[in-house]
Amino acid sequence: MIFWKLFYTFLRIGIFNFGGGYAMIALIQNEVVTHNSWMSMQEFVDIVAVSQMTPGPIGINVATYAGYTAIINAGYAFPWAIAGSVIASLSVVLLPVTAMILVTRFLMKMQDKPAVQTMLRILRITFLGLIAAAALLLMTPESFGSPSSDTCQFVISIVIFIATLVASLKFKVSPILLLLISGAAGFIIYGLILPA
Amino acid sequence: MLPRHIDKKRAQYTFFFYLRCIFFCIFALTLVNASSNRIIMVQLHTLFGSFCKIGAFTIGGGYAMIPLMEKEIVDRHRWLEQEDFMDVLTLSQAMPGIFAVNMAASVGYRLRGVIGTVTAVLGNILLPIAIMIVWAICFRFLHGNPFFEAIFKGIRPAVVALIVSPVFTMAMTANIRWSNIWIPFAAALLIWLLGVSPILIILCAGLGGFLYGHYLERKEATP
Repeated sequence: MIFWKLFYTFLRIGIFNFGGGYAMIALIQNEVVTHNSWMSMQEFVDIVAVSQMTPGPIGINVATYAGYTAIINAGYAFPWAIAGSVIASLSVVLLPVTAMILVTRFLMKMQDKPAVQTMLRILRITFLGLIAAAALLLMTPESFGSPSSDTCQFVISIVIFIATLVASLKFKVSPILLLLISGAAGFIIYGLILPA
Repeated sequence: MLPRHIDKKRAQYTFFFYLRCIFFCIFALTLVNASSNRIIMVQLHTLFGSFCKIGAFTIGGGYAMIPLMEKEIVDRHRWLEQEDFMDVLTLSQAMPGIFAVNMAASVGYRLRGVIGTVTAVLGNILLPIAIMIVWAICFRFLHGNPFFEAIFKGIRPAVVALIVSPVFTMAMTANIRWSNIWIPFAAALLIWLLGVSPILIILCAGLGGFLYGHYLERKEATP
């Protein structure tokens, strides 16, 4: 039952996410692509790209889009897909929001306990590993082009990858600007130069 | 034909069942809320409008929302003092879920209780959800267009780079020492090579961290 699975999956993703938007991408990737195979890795990368260029929290955007695509890929018509996207995005916030209500109510007593602070510190460190794993799993022929059969695309992809990494780490260029530039580069290279 | 038809009927039925469950939860929370006391009365539509604006005008994730939120909540409406705002900020970062939505939930609760939370959270996520749905529909039609494919061939490697870059920036602030540097490596290798579920790793790390902190706390308390 895909709607129930969608609800349950995104409920879990919401409550187990301690590491911000990018950690949530790691969790959603594991559940949606690896575990349930609701969509391909390539579709998932496209979703992340679109989510970063539209307004709103990345986690909400990814959940909305993933819910829509999962239902469409399961063979339903698009009104059901809209229902799927609403289910996914609401279930992702349901438990954390309830937890926030409870914790705000207890006036942050929890946070001052040293054991809880150590726990949160170690969780934050663990999430570094989670995000790194997500990035490693995304480095596939679908997103980079295969090195043997499509060497040209592979080399261009590696150049774009390194350039984006340097620009965002060294020069703090905004992610939206970077995505727009790389999109324009893709349009010029693959759309205009290579076919000619 | 028949199995698909039955499956759709069942889908319809269960979908409304969960819709009812969600409405019931909201209703139950409303009753709980009726017993809690409120200090400031803030108009719900002002709260909704304010968080709508915050949700719709931030591109690029939760942390981009902080300056706009601070301007709306602290400077413009004076709903919270600067100190309270910082408290909400650290709490939202520490709790699970989506950072910006947690902020909205906490601010909404402080101002109007559970109804305030529901209003602020819905205001914050409604427009982004609507925009994403429109995008998703358009995306289907654009798929297969060669120019569109060309654009995304360029964007995909950049997306992977943008996911890698917070690993480096977070590593600077996450307080890594020689004693715990193995944790992120172990987590990444377990997921990548052995296919362990990230949720299992989070549970283990959380439990381990709590026990470790509890043990240290006891040792320091009895010198």
